[in-house]
Amino acid sequence: MGHGEYQKHEAKIFTPSFIVLLVLTLIGFCLVALRFIKGIGAVSNMSDGYPWGIWITYDVATGTAIACGGYAMAILVYIRNRMHYHPMIRSAILTSMFGYGLAGFSVMVDVGRPWNAYNFFIPSQWQANSAMFEVALCVMAYTTVLAIEFLPAILTTLENTKWEMAQAIIAWLSPRIAPDKEALQHKLDFVRAGATWLKPRLDKVLIFIIVLGITLPTMHQSSLGSLLLIASTKLHPLWHTGFLPLLFLINCMYIGYSIAILESVISCYAFKRPFETKELSGLARIIPWLTVIWLSVVIGDLAWRGQLAKALSFDFYSRFFLLEFCLIAAGSFLLFSSRRRESIRWLFVSAALIVVGGALYRFNVYLIGFNPGKGWRYFPALAELMITVGIVAFEILGYQVIVKILPVLPRLHTRQQIDAAAETAQKA
Amino acid sequence: MKKTNRRQFLKVAAAGAAILTTGKASASEAHRKVNNNTLSMLYDATKCVGCKACMAACKRVNGDYGSLAYEQASFDRDGLWDAPQDLSGSTRTLIKLFKESERDWSYVKYSCMHCQKPSCVSVCPVAAMTRDPETGIVDYNKNTCIGCRYCQVACAFNIPKFQWDRAIPQIVKCDLCKNTNLRQKGITACAEVCPAGAIMFGKRGDLLAEAQKRLAENPGKYLNHIYGEKEVGGANHLYLASMQFNKLGLPVLKDEAPAEFSEKIQHTIYKGFVAPVALYGTLCWIAVKNMRTHGPDEKDHHNDTDKQGGA
Repeated sequence: MGHGEYQKHEAKIFTPSFIVLLVLTLIGFCLVALRFIKGIGAVSNMSDGYPWGIWITYDVATGTAIACGGYAMAILVYIRNRMHYHPMIRSAILTSMFGYGLAGFSVMVDVGRPWNAYNFFIPSQWQANSAMFEVALCVMAYTTVLAIEFLPAILTTLENTKWEMAQAIIAWLSPRIAPDKEALQHKLDFVRAGATWLKPRLDKVLIFIIVLGITLPTMHQSSLGSLLLIASTKLHPLWHTGFLPLLFLINCMYIGYSIAILESVISCYAFKRPFETKELSGLARIIPWLTVIWLSVVIGDLAWRGQLAKALSFDFYSRFFLLEFCLIAAGSFLLFSSRRRESIRWLFVSAALIVVGGALYRFNVYLIGFNPGKGWRYFPALAELMITVGIVAFEILGYQVIVKILPVLPRLHTRQQIDAAAETAQKA
Repeated sequence: MKKTNRRQFLKVAAAGAAILTTGKASASEAHRKVNNNTLSMLYDATKCVGCKACMAACKRVNGDYGSLAYEQASFDRDGLWDAPQDLSGSTRTLIKLFKESERDWSYVKYSCMHCQKPSCVSVCPVAAMTRDPETGIVDYNKNTCIGCRYCQVACAFNIPKFQWDRAIPQIVKCDLCKNTNLRQKGITACAEVCPAGAIMFGKRGDLLAEAQKRLAENPGKYLNHIYGEKEVGGANHLYLASMQFNKLGLPVLKDEAPAEFSEKIQHTIYKGFVAPVALYGTLCWIAVKNMRTHGPDEKDHHNDTDKQGGA
């Protein structure tokens, strides 16, 4: 569908930022190797009191929320029927794919006995009472769905590419190592024909995959909240509530839209493309409604459980609660003004406030508000942090490279039409 | 074309749902009320002399099977003593001394509480933690465990421990010597060796009666509370002591099992897997309708239900 909407970003791949990110990635992966050789304790400060550290809190619980851009955009485009946002969806799906893929990777680094993970596929071992079981299966399924959703970008490229690199390699190989140049050519043609065959068929069923890609995050993002339901004696009452699943679900939606704004602003700035102001202000209009619902549930729930006084007591927990609350409230307040929604600067600031506030909420639930009892303390070790940094660096690195080799970003010459469409939407 | 597709998808989803629900039903039926015929231990802190024979016996008996190790204190360069500071990836049971003043002090023994409705069993995603409904033993199987440590997060007593310093780690916790002393001699190693009679091994109902008898016969000696009788829905490790239990490191807990609360919410959302399937079906219907009214390739766009509201 609409493959003409996207284009490759024509630029050099090996930039200075590429080198920096590559170095960070390599450091992170070396530390991962160390973790597998010497055990988790060698690189992290996690303990029996704080069995989940920064890897679960950031890479999994927060990282997947930040990777919800694809989920939020898919709801907007396919369910709320805003087809004029369609050109933005491919880059959102790409970042989601990296976010979820690497969240899965960090889980494999974090768990102590990853070789037993095959038990998730053995029905007799299934444990439907466990929110973790639900999260694990859904995240695995969703990562696959994201890969399928992204497949059209790869197929289009396979179909249309001139195989310059491959041709060069064949030419170089041909006389000595691989004398049969024709056979290799034939294989390339076969791949191309395969892509051409698959693409229209995939297009036909793609909508059902896309909808699966909306159902699965709805399930596992709420379950990420359910994970902490059982820790009723350890999680501070400011955050421990039966509404955790609902709060996590709404939280991932507004983070999703906000991160879509941030990603677009940053990538337009970095790749020196015109800002997508029209589309972004349309996205921004949705966010404050979600956050207002979320903030009302939070306050209503605290009042109902009689915890409002604790929230305003200004102790350690109350401060973090208020900080999270104010960041989200401030960001949403800014977005209520239509004038500010037209300004890239304000859009950036408010989206950033909401992403930071929303992420802090997840940190509060998983780490800051978690108190296993007297004598336990946790702050991530340097090596532990560097593994997370390495994973994030790899994520950005992959995005940078892929937008330069596959058609992901919105095509520029159709911008006029998109703007016109958005304008009519606004008027009506 | 699209209609048949949708139907097929729903069929597949419904089949998946059927599998999930049957699994769930069997898992949740097992625990409903407290079973007093299960194996249990009663630790009487007023009888304990702090000799730590139980710790030594536990490590001797379960060392190989349970992957336990001797822990060296920092002053002990020659490795003469086993000196664990707390329960750990090498230690399943531990005696501690709590001293409030020269006159008020108490020993306390830590090990798995073997809850009637254990949180660790409820949260384990691959059923590596199990509770045997016959014996009441909460057991751990390292061959299915993925090492996610959710059991540690969930346990209100902080009992399961992880081997942080090993490349091939596992969870360590008491299993009532299920595969070692209990199998060979019918009693746990710690209860067998206790010279002071501080650890009693038997059926939960018998031990509860014994504890009540001690409370009745020795007014003033004990705190009038059997720890573990009602906490988190009842535990099979029972305590009597003369000091407040939270001072001894045993937290004040409600009578409702935390697992009841979380499972209730999880089951409400996923009951019969109806909600997810309904969600998927509805969303498919909306999305397909949207695609029909104007294909994604057309850029023209009209407003049907444009109410700014959330997605």
